[in-house]
Parts: sequence; structure tokens; C-alpha cells
Amino acid sequence: MNFITVSGPPSSGKTAVIVKTIDAFKDRQLSVGVAKFDCLSTEDDKIYEKIGIPVQKGLSGTLCPDHYFISNVEEIVQWGIKSNLDILISESAGLCNRCSPYIKDILAICVVDNLSGINTPKKIGPMLKMADIVVITKGDIVSQAEREVFASRVQAVNPSATVMHINGLTGQGAFELSTLLYDEKQNHDTLINKELRFPMPAALCSYCLGETRIGESYQMGNVKKIKIKELEEKKKCSL
Amino acid sequence: MFSINELKSQKTTQLLETYPFVEDFLSNNNISLKGYENRTVGESLNDILDEETKEDLGIDTEILIQQLQKHIENMLAFLGAAETKVETLTILPGTDKSGNPEKFKELVISKNEIICIVGPTGSGKSRLLADIEWVANRDTPTHRKILINGKDADKKWRFASSEKLVAQLSQNMNFVMDLPVNEFIQLHAESRMVTNITETVDHIMDVANDLAGEKFQPDTAITSLSGGQSRALMIADTAILSKSPVVLIDEIENAGIDRKKALDILLSENKLVLMSTHDPTLALMGQKRIVIKNGGIHKVITTTEQEKNILGELETLDKRYHTLRTQLRQGDILL
Ligand SMILES: Nc1nc2c(ncn2[C@@H]2O[C@H](COP(=O)(O)OP(=O)(O)O)[C@@H](O)[C@H]2O)c(=O)[nH]1
Ligand SMILES: Nc1ncnc2c1ncn2[C@@H]1O[C@H](COP(=O)(O)OP(=O)(O)O)[C@@H](O)[C@H]1O
Ligand SMILES: [Mg+2]
Ligand SMILES: [Mg+2]
Repeated sequence: MNFITVSGPPSSGKTAVIVKTIDAFKDRQLSVGVAKFDCLSTEDDKIYEKIGIPVQKGLSGTLCPDHYFISNVEEIVQWGIKSNLDILISESAGLCNRCSPYIKDILAICVVDNLSGINTPKKIGPMLKMADIVVITKGDIVSQAEREVFASRVQAVNPSATVMHINGLTGQGAFELSTLLYDEKQNHDTLINKELRFPMPAALCSYCLGETRIGESYQMGNVKKIKIKELEEKKKCSL
Repeated sequence: MFSINELKSQKTTQLLETYPFVEDFLSNNNISLKGYENRTVGESLNDILDEETKEDLGIDTEILIQQLQKHIENMLAFLGAAETKVETLTILPGTDKSGNPEKFKELVISKNEIICIVGPTGSGKSRLLADIEWVANRDTPTHRKILINGKDADKKWRFASSEKLVAQLSQNMNFVMDLPVNEFIQLHAESRMVTNITETVDHIMDVANDLAGEKFQPDTAITSLSGGQSRALMIADTAILSKSPVVLIDEIENAGIDRKKALDILLSENKLVLMSTHDPTLALMGQKRIVIKNGGIHKVITTTEQEKNILGELETLDKRYHTLRTQLRQGDILL
């Protein structure tokens, strides 16, 4: 089975791109399934089910969805293999722009959209920088100039990525993406001992553990304080 | 081009002098080399990227340096590439949706030509345009093949993000950036590595204003432009700044621009124009019409003399319509 991870900010068009791409696989007699990871709730599984795609859904609840993803990815892969899939695609939304679910040797796709603004590429961390393929959506609603500027900014933060443009509504570009996804020679029968491309940040502070009160005395564990510019300068002067 | 180690041992000042675009790359990665003028790239990045900063920025120093090397390579390829002049596109027949072979031998489209594509919804117009954009090589659902300048096309057209074969203009496109017109054009010009930015901005302003019914100023916010002004700016900008030799147009509506002039501007910049439209005025401005049926190219019609007379009629009507619009806008009594 081929395993592929698709990630990207919420509403960037991940589901739309996956659906249109699977559609393009139809003629090739390949069976494709999806594992959808989200935080609180998702309707995406219904979208996949409706068009007859085998789907598993995982909700991380109070956990970081990317941490939850990596803790459950092996189970998902085993499910895919048991279901006789040729291709298993995972869809997960990056929430903090800092974690990324990509695994070494596993094709990694990041979906971003033109509407998110030209400064977005530099705000997204490893999720964009470490992807093999970056798909840009919603080109149908912005000008040629904005598409060109956006794509050049994406390529600037990830110079080695293949950048593709897909219209999530009409599927234009999805066939082209599909030609890059399936590799007969690849066979992932387990992910055990594979590694993340980039470590996820530690996030164990008292608020992770359910603290609700505000104040320094309640803050324990991995806490990071904001640097207030004026205070920093005062400190420097008094040194 | 140098190896990773050579890159690391370069002095930062020297690197930025040779490759000024590196500054932009670093700033996109939220890194500034200010204060590291006399240090090597390797030292500086190691110093800037301490554990905390690396974690904050989500950056790995080694990977960043690899990406920097790749970026320099991409940019040199982009800057050095002699612009590929696309003189002709050739479509070689494939099959329609039922698998029947298309019945033409080859279809050659030349630069300075306007070709229209017509056919009902779902007939395969967008697929034909997509075949061209992807320079199909018998590997799309239509099995068509596209040649550039009569020859097999370079694979770069598929994947080079800086040099796409096709630019697109359509009805639904809007500006979403919140910038004045001049800064907007400047941003685009910078991303295309244009050297004479001020002149380019002025030139695009002139052309756009010539197209738009109502004039607009360089400091107007792009989001506050009228429909016609936006369309005019989009066309002028695409014609002049976009490197793509082929322009696909999905219906340019009537909204306050001179469409004949718009097409002339694209042609004068040596673009090859393909237009999917059912508007008779636009369709008759083309030299040929490709008729699509059931996914296949059904026939190619060359615009006849008689049809050109109809175009004359339509243009007169169009002019009349424009005059009335202008009068209305100016608060005059319609005459
Ligand atoms: N206009 C336009 N809308 C799109 C495009 N791609 C996705 N959308 C819409 O954007 C919304 C979010 O897409 P979805 O696939 O659910 O995003 P996800 O949260 O990343 O999975 C949906 O309403 C889609 O129909 C596109 O290329 N153009
Ligand atoms: N020659 C062909 N063979 C197989 N499928 C085709 C062919 N031409 C078009 N299609 C498919 O038919 C569908 C509709 O085509 P599309 O280009 O979107 O139509 P239009 O733009 O004219 O509305 C698309 O899924 C497209 O991939
Ligand atoms: Mg989704
Ligand atoms: Mg269409």
C-alpha cells in the first residue's frame, strides 16, 4: 500500500483536493481510502462516505491533533492494509502552524490557499517547509498577479517542493496531481521505526493539564513568557 | 553553484552581494543577517538559530542551508533562463469521451492569434485548456499530445513554478490584497525580478487606464476599484508582467472595458490567446473557433467574412451601449 499524508490549515481545500484527486484515480482501478484526523468535530468523513471512499475518522479532543495523529498512524496504516487499499491518504488540519505530521520516506502534501494572503507562507512552519508537494487552491478567485506572487513566496520558503495549482471546485489540476501520487514500487506495510521529519514542540504546561486560573504562580512546566519590547529595552539600558 | 560546505564558509556580506535575493529568502524564513556582516554563513546561522529560536521558528539549521542552496539554484535558473519564445502550440488528436479518435490531423495555434473554444457545459472545454497547461503527452484522459514550437515540450513547463506556460483571466477573479495599485504592481514586479520597477508600474498604469472607462490613480486601493477598473488592471498586469506566453480567458464580461483593446494589448505583448466564451462579440474577434463535443474537438471553424460583418454590427451596438453607460455615469440625459 502507498501511504500519503495531506496537511494544511483549516479550510484550505484539503478535502476538496483529495476528493477530486481520488476521482482522477477512478479509471486506474486503484482502491483509495482516507483517514481523517481532526480536533473537535468533522463532517469530512460523511463527504468521503457519500462518494464511496472507505474512511476512518479520529478526533483528538483536548489533545494536539498532530500529536494524536502520530500516536495513531500505525493503527490507521494497518486498517488500510486490512481493507486492501492501494493508497491510503491521511487528512489532518494543522492548527498551530508549528507541528507537522510528515514522516520521513512518506509522501507529504501541504494544501494552502491563495485567499490566505501572501504573508501566510512565511507564517506556516514545517508543515509547509518540509512538504514534498505544495498544492495551492482557490486560484479561480484571485488575480493572476496574486497567484504568481503567492506561488513565488511558497517556493521561497520551500525551494525543493513541487508546486501545483488545483481548483478544488472544478478539479482542474487534480488529474495532474494524481499522476505524482501512486508509485507501484512503494509498499508501506508498517511505519514502525520510521521517524517524523521534524520534531513537534513540547507542550506540557499546567494549562495542558487542565489549569484554568491566570497568574504566574499557576504556570508550571514548559512555560514561555512574552517579551514586552519596552521592558526589554529598559533592562538593556540598566545593564 | 557551490556545495553546502562552500555555502557555509562564504562570508554573509559576499553572499548577499552576489545573490541579493537571498535576503528575501531569509526574511521569508524570519531571519535577518544584520550584525553578522563579517561572519560566515554557517557561523551566522548557527549563532542566530539557537535552540529556542529554532523551536520558535520551526527550522532545522541543516535543512535551512539545503533549502537556501536549492533556492539559489532555482533563482539562478529563473534569472538565467532565456525566455522561451512560444511561436506555436500544436494539438495532436486524442479521443473523445466515448473513446473515438478525434477527426483532425493536427491543429496549430500561432502567437498573435486568438482562438475561441465553444461547446456546452461538460463537453470538455476546460479539459482541453488543462491539456495545454499540462502540455499533455498522451497521458491525460483525452490522450492528446501538445507540441511547443512543433517539438516535444520541455518537462519544465509542468513543474517550474516561476515559469508557467499559461496565465489565466476569468470572470470570478478579484483582487484580495489590501494594497494601493502602485504597491500591488510593484510587489508583482519584484516577484518577477523586474529591474526597472518604476517604469513598469507607470507603463501598466497607463495601459490599464487606457482600457478602463473611468481613470484611476496609482494610490487607489485595489479592493476599491470598480469591476471595469479591476479587469483593466488585471489584463494590463498579466499582459506586461506575467511571463507566461499563453493566456487563457474564461469570459471577460462587458463591465466597462474595451474588450477589443484588451485583446489587442495581450497580442501586442506576443501572447497566444485562448478564450472560452459564448459571447458572440468576443467569439467573432477570434480567427478560429474550436467546437468541442462529447470531450473531443468536433470541428474547427474559421471566422468567415460574413461573420466579420456581424461583428461590425455587434461592435456598433457595443459602442452605443458604452456611450449610454458613460452618459448614465456622468449623470447626463441618455441620448
Ligand atoms: N472557489 C474555490 N473554493 C474552493 C477551492 N477549494 C476548496 N474550496 C472551498 O473551500 C471550502 C473549504 O474546503 P475543504 O476542502 O473543506 O477544506 P479543508 O478544511 O482543508 O478540508 C469549501 O467550501 C470548498 O468548496 C477552490 O479551488 N476554489
Ligand atoms: N476526451 C475526453 N475523454 C475523457 N474524459 C473527458 C474528455 N474530455 C473531457 N473529459 C471529462 O469530462 C468532464 C467535463 O469536462 P470539462 O472540461 O470540465 O467541461 P466544460 O469545461 O466544457 O464544462 C471532465 O471530468 C473531463 O475530465
Ligand atoms: Mg477537510
Ligand atoms: Mg469548464
